[in-house]
Amino acid sequence: MARQEKKKDVVIVGLGWTGSIIGMELAQEGLEIVALERGHDQDTVPNFQYPQMIDELKYGVRLGMMQKPRQSTLTIRRNLEESALPYRSLGSFLPGNGVGGAGTHWNGLNWRPMLAEYKLRSHVEQNWGAGIIPEDMQLMDYPVTYEELEPHFARFERVAGISGNAGNINGQIIEGGNPFEAPRSSDYPMPAMPSTYDGAKFAEAAKSLGLHPFARPGGIASTSYVNEYGMQMGPCNHCGFCERYGCYQYSKSSPQTAILDALRKKPNFSYRTGAEVLRVEMAEDGKTATGVTYYDEAAQEEVFQPADLVILAAYQLHNVHLMLLSGIGQPYDPRTGQGVTGKNYAYQMNGGYTLFYENEVFNPFIGTGANGFSIDDYGIGQIDFGTEGFIGGSYISSGQSNGQPIRSMPLPAGTPAWGQGWKDGIKKWYGHSMSIGSHGSHMAYRNNYLDLDPTYKDRHGRPLMRMTFNWHDNEVRMTQFMREKIRPIAEALKPDSMQDAFKKQGQMYDVRPYQTTHNTGGAIMSETPDQGAVNKFSQAWDKHNVFVMGAGNFVQNTQYNPTGLVGGLAYHTAQAIRTQYLSNPRPLV
Amino acid sequence: MTDLPGLPSRRSFLKATAAGAALSGLAVSAKARTAEPPVPLDQYQPEFFTPAEWTFVLAATARLIPSEGDGPGALEARVPVFIDREMMGGYGAAADWYMEGPHQPDADPFRGWQTPLTPAEVYRGAIPVFDAWCQQTHGGAFAELDAAKQDAALTALQKGEVALDPTLKDFFSILLQNTKEGYFADPMYGGNHGMQAWTFIGFPGARANFKEWVPRYNVEYPLGPVSIKGERA
Ligand SMILES: Cc1cc2nc3c(=O)[nH]c(=O)nc-3n(C[C@H](O)[C@H](O)[C@H](O)COP(=O)(O)OP(=O)(O)OC[C@H]3O[C@@H](n4cnc5c(N)ncnc54)[C@H](O)[C@@H]3O)c2cc1C
Ligand code: SF4
Repeated sequence: MARQEKKKDVVIVGLGWTGSIIGMELAQEGLEIVALERGHDQDTVPNFQYPQMIDELKYGVRLGMMQKPRQSTLTIRRNLEESALPYRSLGSFLPGNGVGGAGTHWNGLNWRPMLAEYKLRSHVEQNWGAGIIPEDMQLMDYPVTYEELEPHFARFERVAGISGNAGNINGQIIEGGNPFEAPRSSDYPMPAMPSTYDGAKFAEAAKSLGLHPFARPGGIASTSYVNEYGMQMGPCNHCGFCERYGCYQYSKSSPQTAILDALRKKPNFSYRTGAEVLRVEMAEDGKTATGVTYYDEAAQEEVFQPADLVILAAYQLHNVHLMLLSGIGQPYDPRTGQGVTGKNYAYQMNGGYTLFYENEVFNPFIGTGANGFSIDDYGIGQIDFGTEGFIGGSYISSGQSNGQPIRSMPLPAGTPAWGQGWKDGIKKWYGHSMSIGSHGSHMAYRNNYLDLDPTYKDRHGRPLMRMTFNWHDNEVRMTQFMREKIRPIAEALKPDSMQDAFKKQGQMYDVRPYQTTHNTGGAIMSETPDQGAVNKFSQAWDKHNVFVMGAGNFVQNTQYNPTGLVGGLAYHTAQAIRTQYLSNPRPLV
Repeated sequence: MTDLPGLPSRRSFLKATAAGAALSGLAVSAKARTAEPPVPLDQYQPEFFTPAEWTFVLAATARLIPSEGDGPGALEARVPVFIDREMMGGYGAAADWYMEGPHQPDADPFRGWQTPLTPAEVYRGAIPVFDAWCQQTHGGAFAELDAAKQDAALTALQKGEVALDPTLKDFFSILLQNTKEGYFADPMYGGNHGMQAWTFIGFPGARANFKEWVPRYNVEYPLGPVSIKGERA
């Protein structure tokens, strides 16, 4: 028999970005809230302190801040025929663990999706007709509009402390910003960060070709800043240990720097660590949840936490896993197209060039997670899909984030991987290269989805989640288009030599190299209950007191890093709960 | 010379001495801040590796990052000590990894680590097989071969031409990866002795504070590395 805890108004599963946002917003309503975080507690002091944090082996290579697959992982296959195998050691994506979640060790790149991305299916149908949509692509519109989300994007940017230069305020195009961004109601809360040499070179070359470079926006403080919760940030010093690390000063935007100390002061909010939620429990009527059962690591026992409202904020992968285990939404079946939970898993399609300069010095160890310049000239709203033969787009950037030598050692093609040639190569080339990368959209497909694995179990005896995912021709055509568009920029930069890496037709998904932790879908939002698992307020269609946060809500992936939209959606949900749900708990759509 | 790594074979010993002389400036400045100089490599007692395995690790890492030319080799950087320690830690034991069966060790490499063995078990299983292959193909255990034959043997291993059980197939890739880790990780892990590898390429280690240097485009950063424990080189 599970131990039972005292009932709460709200239980939040996971205390990363979305759990912290919802916790803070609902705490302001005076609700009794408990957050359950499976990992340990961690904060700037003492956990991220200098110099202990500046340890590439421990954090960059052995992934000290990430989820431990022994405790939690999933299986992966590339198609319906293959048997899925466990993701035994981390590679392609690196989910977080512990208070702050992946929001602690992320890069901080912050974006709002382009206008065309909210109603992408309509955009395609209106401009080129449904005929250009590949047969197995499950292209959808978001059930929310940009106008509805705009105030929530602005709110997230203010809370998180984003540095950047606006390119479009209320329709007025502003020099130095991104002229292709959707109109914003206000500028970023902090000015853009200065760029290193590589970004500046890229910006100059892009400009000379008539493109529109702008400083890359991100949750990296360019100055001192205090947000609405009273949380303070100080200017970043380009330490070069940003992604995969906790910031040793209060400069990177994270739940720790933006929310948690303020939240801890609320007497009606508490959180427990070492508390992995195993499932959401359902009322007999099947229409609502009664709370969650978690595993108490310290007591080594299962605990039932009753609550009136259940918020899944455990990251996209774990939210969908919990939904599949708990019967929230009918599981998606690719053979029939029926079912919603696990549907439309998507990822990100990236590529890049490396440019080598024997006689130029880049000091690659100077950098931040969001350093440099970008262009959006080949963004999803700028491309003629009918002519180019694909649906999608990318933003393109240059800006070094780290020069940590175990992992960041670009060498010209043909340099041996070991021996005298390698040793000569690292001496000659370390610090003498720059890169230009594209970061692109990923559409949803019938056979890219999530369900429960029939074979492998976790330490609690629960089936692992199974990911079925592979690249599709549409994304490969998109990324090859970017390859052609970046080449003239790279050539204008006149490197001694250059090389590129873009996915090719037929290339299979490789789980080993890090790609992005931008896993999306599986708990998609939809206009009607037969199409997705949650409504436009991220409320489960079939369990009205369960709200599902995070990138699982994305109907397909955008061309950007996800957290701007994740944060915007979290504030959108918080407002709906505060203004519509609490007074009258019911399905909001 | 006490903190220069000595080596079991005469040929390797000479090699290490030559490289050591070129690096003596570094070695001394690092030593000045180290309470006790580390045990020379030839006297180091491995915690994980058996004597035969240790002989192999010394010889193999010495080819993966040779001592010749500028900069430290794996031996001067004490990479073998790093690997020995890693084998005893969480990495060697795959402590963080999901190791439940069923296993499919012969799966497409794109599907990641699929052997039932831990990294330490892969070293343990693969070294004797590879040594036996060297014996059969080149007439001696790996450490007994001359440098050209050692390089040929490692190349064959890298290309998958040495018949290893599928459970051991990642051996070369982890050996190379761990060698580079030991070369570039903070010295507190036993390798990158005296921060020589950082100095060699111009990586400033744990300085992590560059705000003033951001706008100095195309100007080499002037300061040498510091380690987590505060050593300077
Ligand atoms: C290396 C890296 C770089 C990134 N860079 C960027 C970037 O530059 N820009 C960008 O937009 N995004 C980036 N991201 C993604 C970003 O971190 C996520 O979008 C964001 O953190 C998602 O917020 P979340 O609240 O959904 O999940 P998280 O912030 O990860 O929080 C989820 C929390 O839930 C906990 N949890 C999971 N399962 C359970 C359970 N069963 N019970 C209890 N607790 C549980 C986890 O331990 C974790 O603390 C990056 C991610 C990584 C890993
Ligand atoms: S680069 Fe800046 S924001 Fe990132 S961890 Fe370092 S100091 Fe913090």
